[in-house]
Amino acid sequence: MPDKMDAFEPERYELREAPAHEFALSRREFAEFAGAGLLITVTAAVSPAQRGPGRGGGSEPATLGARLHLSEDGTATILTGKVEVGQGSRLEIAMAAAEELRIPLERVRVVMADTELVPNDGITAGSRTTPSTIPAVRRAAAAARELLLKAAIDPESKKKFDYAALARSAGMAAAYKDTLPAGAVVTPVRDWQVLGTPRNRADGREIVTGAHRFPSDIQRPEMLYGSVLRPPAYGAILVSADLTAAQKMQGVTAVREGAFVGCAARTSLAARKAVETIRANAQWERRDHPASDRLFSYLKEKAVQDGQGGRRPRVQSKGSIEQGLGQSGKKVRAAYQVAYIQHAPMEPRAAVAEWREGRLTVWTGTQNPHGVRDQLLQAFHLAPDKVRVIVPDTGGGFGGKHTGEAAIEAARLAKEAGRPVSLRWTRVEEFTWAYFRPAGLFEIEAGLDGEGLITAWDFAVYNAGTAGIESPYRIANTRTRFIYCDSPLREGSYRGIAATANNFARECCMDELAEAAGKDPLEFRLANIENPRLRDVLLAATKRFEWQQRRKSRRPGIGAGLACGTEKGSYVASCAEVEVKNGQLKIREITMAFECGVILNPANLRAQVEGSIIMGLGGALTEEIQFENGRLKNGSFAKYPVPRFRDAPRMDIVLLNRPDLAPAGAGETPIIAVAPAVAGAFFDATGERARSMPVRPIRRT
Amino acid sequence: MTFRFTVNGKSRAIETEAERSLLEALREDLGLTGAKYGCGEGQCRACTVLVDGKPVTSCVTPVRAAAGKKITTIEGLAANGKLHLVQQAFIEEGAMQCGYCVPGMILTAVALLESNPHPSEAQIIDAMNGNLCRCCGYPRILAAVRRAGGNHA
Repeated sequence: MPDKMDAFEPERYELREAPAHEFALSRREFAEFAGAGLLITVTAAVSPAQRGPGRGGGSEPATLGARLHLSEDGTATILTGKVEVGQGSRLEIAMAAAEELRIPLERVRVVMADTELVPNDGITAGSRTTPSTIPAVRRAAAAARELLLKAAIDPESKKKFDYAALARSAGMAAAYKDTLPAGAVVTPVRDWQVLGTPRNRADGREIVTGAHRFPSDIQRPEMLYGSVLRPPAYGAILVSADLTAAQKMQGVTAVREGAFVGCAARTSLAARKAVETIRANAQWERRDHPASDRLFSYLKEKAVQDGQGGRRPRVQSKGSIEQGLGQSGKKVRAAYQVAYIQHAPMEPRAAVAEWREGRLTVWTGTQNPHGVRDQLLQAFHLAPDKVRVIVPDTGGGFGGKHTGEAAIEAARLAKEAGRPVSLRWTRVEEFTWAYFRPAGLFEIEAGLDGEGLITAWDFAVYNAGTAGIESPYRIANTRTRFIYCDSPLREGSYRGIAATANNFARECCMDELAEAAGKDPLEFRLANIENPRLRDVLLAATKRFEWQQRRKSRRPGIGAGLACGTEKGSYVASCAEVEVKNGQLKIREITMAFECGVILNPANLRAQVEGSIIMGLGGALTEEIQFENGRLKNGSFAKYPVPRFRDAPRMDIVLLNRPDLAPAGAGETPIIAVAPAVAGAFFDATGERARSMPVRPIRRT
Repeated sequence: MTFRFTVNGKSRAIETEAERSLLEALREDLGLTGAKYGCGEGQCRACTVLVDGKPVTSCVTPVRAAAGKKITTIEGLAANGKLHLVQQAFIEEGAMQCGYCVPGMILTAVALLESNPHPSEAQIIDAMNGNLCRCCGYPRILAAVRRAGGNHA
């Protein structure tokens, strides 16, 4: 399905930044490098996102052998550039391969995200593994199966009727070198044996025994631990740093190059102490930085109107917004605000870097292994075959690990120390120096006709982003604008990214329109929906929730709200019941219906929906990055409340299976319907509109 | 300074600064990386280990406070390759997404069930509430603890 918003913002899932550091070449290295004639390669590596078909999706590797190996013991190994950060991609890929090869799931091994071994499947983002990588894996596995069948009907090779024999056959060796056959027929849904059945992570034992090594757990012989000097505030520039004291400390390697200052030592504590001696005398030039308590007026002031840096406001129109508003009997104008939030994955950024004979190997937690490899190539001026990035299954991503900061920093320290270095960001570093989900300001004007149908929809989005920006409702006259702003904080992706913010503003405004039309929020939406899939999830959620009955039974302090939406090819609707007591907003229940085509793994799908709901409640209720004088005011778990066990409400989840539709990703979209349902329920309980995320009645500047 | 303690049944001695965190000593000096760093301020309990059977946040516990005590990390929970009841329950319930919080979750649950073998739902939530899971896999983790506590609701 063509992605319309790609026209709006080409790199919607990627934080596009050059590496924070680019290090100089030594004379000797330069000779090797220039002598190898690879200068062009290095300059071409600057922007991985612009290269190749891999962005966010599933590239098609050139040959079958690049995707799949059959071993002589009959196990199959699938090779993929995707990463596992808890979303279930490893298992889903194994299930797809087992299905097409018709072998037990236990006989499939999946090698992920080792740039030396696997094809570039692009960044793990945008819910693209399911719609792009899974079909690629299925085609490769189906092609291998077809080879087997061909061998089996060949009278001379009847004895070879198994994958182990096939693996040894000359035919298979030749097939590996062939281009991936385009026409391999994948198993139809009705014949699925493995796909479509509930399965749990295959490596559960490694997880529960602590045997699995996350990126921060990788240990290498002679390894040191690193620590990096961070600026005292956003925008501060290092003027001078004295490394003398640090360098005198036993076993400490201290390095400064440009803005990069860091130390490596036998323990993390020793490395931090060494950095402290440098911090004590470091001189910084500070810059003014706005405070979050006037964030939204700041964003509006910093709206980029002149197209600076190609950032002209993006506008899409349909019909005539002027006429549509002019003809409408009733109008609603409202502004909404969405705060910056932090992903705060359980595992902060981490990397282990090891140099051996001019080759760099980095184990790191990133959603973008090939992109980080290219960043390392650029930062250290290396030829492409000199860097290998390996991403062990990582402790959470949520769109927050598209970059390679820790990899570059660890590699610089390891280069200086001449030994492997493990660099693990602290939680404070992760809060402060990773990137944030963009804040957004929304201005909406909409009009209704006498029947309660929407005649005009004027939607202006400042800064939040374009994912999910288009209204899914039937409206004749629309104008949709996205306006870039100079963000005070570093921004990037997040689970669902801008679709959460856009859907929040839109669905809150739908409730206000419903009120203006004198209609129930459900009745009003149903009258304005034309997409049957959106209607189906809305009906499923409200039926399970018993929407009409609950709305009728008025109970003091208790309210019900609903929201729906679509993004990345899947559809979601939710109902929330909240209680407001002594000014405290408590979630009593969330009912959600979700539809993402045919279901590949119902167990993992349910887990993703549950996780999205609870994570979404963080953004809906409590999460909001605050800053002042260039520093975060709440950059720690003590000050930035994220959902805990006690915050999980009663959840009722309806998964709509559509075997007739291709599967879409499911890790992100459920989150977009959480906050607006809560805001609607808050209004129902209190009579006060909440026009901000996190949801609260008072509007800020 | 030298500190001695029993780790997973073996006596160990490490030479380190007294203020060093138990978490970093276990991970960096003894190679026991099952306990995870999550926050460094005792707020997420990914670093939970058992000290004399009690769950402690090893990121804010100095090595000296553990001297002479019995420490159990996630690596030492299974006995002779046989998983602990709680570990088994986590696998059966699929109580893991990224899995980073799981060692701390399991050790917290083990300590709970030691003192209260059949906890109520409210008691489980009270005991587990300090442990963060950012994948927000709380429902399955609760199901796993419930299962280990003998309530297969």
